[in-house]
Amino acid sequence: MKKTVALLAFAAALAAPLAAQAHRAWMAPTSTSLSGADAWVGFDAGMSNGVFIPDHAAMRMTGLVVTAPDGSTVQPEHLMQAQYRTTFDVHLTQNGTYKVANLMGGVMASYTLNGEQKRWRGTAAEYPAALPQGATDVQATRTASRIETFVTLNNPTDTVFKTTGEGLELVPVTHPNDLVAGEAASFKLLKDGRPAADLDVTVARGGLRYRDNPEEMMVKTGADGVFTVTWPEAGMYWLNASVRTPAQGETLGSNANYVAVMEVLP
Amino acid sequence: MRLLPIVVTTAGLTLAAAPALAADLSVTVEVPRLNTASYHRPYVAVWIEKPDQTAVQTLAVWYQQTRNNEGDGKDWLKDLRTWWRKGGRAMSLPADGISGATRAPGRQTVNVPAARLRGLQPGQYNLVVEAARELGGREVVRVPFRWGGANTADASGSTELGAVRVTVSR
Repeated sequence: MKKTVALLAFAAALAAPLAAQAHRAWMAPTSTSLSGADAWVGFDAGMSNGVFIPDHAAMRMTGLVVTAPDGSTVQPEHLMQAQYRTTFDVHLTQNGTYKVANLMGGVMASYTLNGEQKRWRGTAAEYPAALPQGATDVQATRTASRIETFVTLNNPTDTVFKTTGEGLELVPVTHPNDLVAGEAASFKLLKDGRPAADLDVTVARGGLRYRDNPEEMMVKTGADGVFTVTWPEAGMYWLNASVRTPAQGETLGSNANYVAVMEVLP
Repeated sequence: MRLLPIVVTTAGLTLAAAPALAADLSVTVEVPRLNTASYHRPYVAVWIEKPDQTAVQTLAVWYQQTRNNEGDGKDWLKDLRTWWRKGGRAMSLPADGISGATRAPGRQTVNVPAARLRGLQPGQYNLVVEAARELGGREVVRVPFRWGGANTADASGSTELGAVRVTVSR
């Protein structure tokens, strides 16, 4: 139902979440709140119009990082890419909150060579050396995409909420594994480490196929970067915000995208 | 957000303006103008059903007629869920005089000459309009009307559809 420009198609081909404007990137856990000595959680990751409905493209997990409560990195298991979704498991062996994140970043550039418009995509380290000699009219954008979700074994902890100062990041005010229908929850968004003020945050609930109204919400961050959501009902929710600044001559543009998936219990 | 202009279309006006196009069943559908971040024109199906909601005949289906890098337009016909279940899935598309491209917001008209409704027995029917939009919602509007004698009937949607008017001109 939608025409996409070639650039976005290219991005989608690489399954880069930057194409989220066209399709929504999501990574949904099978459970978020667990108990016992250890537990397994499965994850589905894909890109589609209806969140958590795998009907368009699987997500590439090249930037998958699972952080345990003690700060160590945990290896995901049983990773499998299907046609429309990628699945993997995480074995929770420590008490506390785990962060599961797929991080992607790099530089997208367009330039003119011998009168032809060309595109280049690569890492920030490769730019601009990787561009061919004689390239003119270079316009480049730094991209940073973060797709996250959180799961907790027993009592929630907040050690995995440390930020890096790069791209868009979420700092929970309310713990993301402590969300209940009818209650308000607050989170703070940072852009390159500073409060991301006046930003639109889209809040979409799963289960779209079983109702006619999308029932999406849009909330705005305040001057301190904080936004508040009052969950209308229980379910798996998709939260998304993005910031784009166009390239200006030599100065790189910026395209930062953030997605979090959070479960709200009754 | 949604425009509901006064519907002035009547078969009489149509007849006066262009007798050659005189329609025996005319449906006017208001596709609402929605203020949303990523608007895509809705898929729309228009069909006639009996009062017990048994589908009789599809009059129009508006969907993307081409294939692009996201797929073929027909891939999303199933999102017109009610129409799809009530007969859309048994049809072979494209169908002459039925399938067409998606329509822009505004008042859209479907004219059906009596010749295409030859099999329709006089009696009470519903005219059904269903709209489904990418990254949007879905809505079905039913308009009861009588076949066999001039009459008009109106109904209105509230989210994905505006006013729907059915005009039977003879």
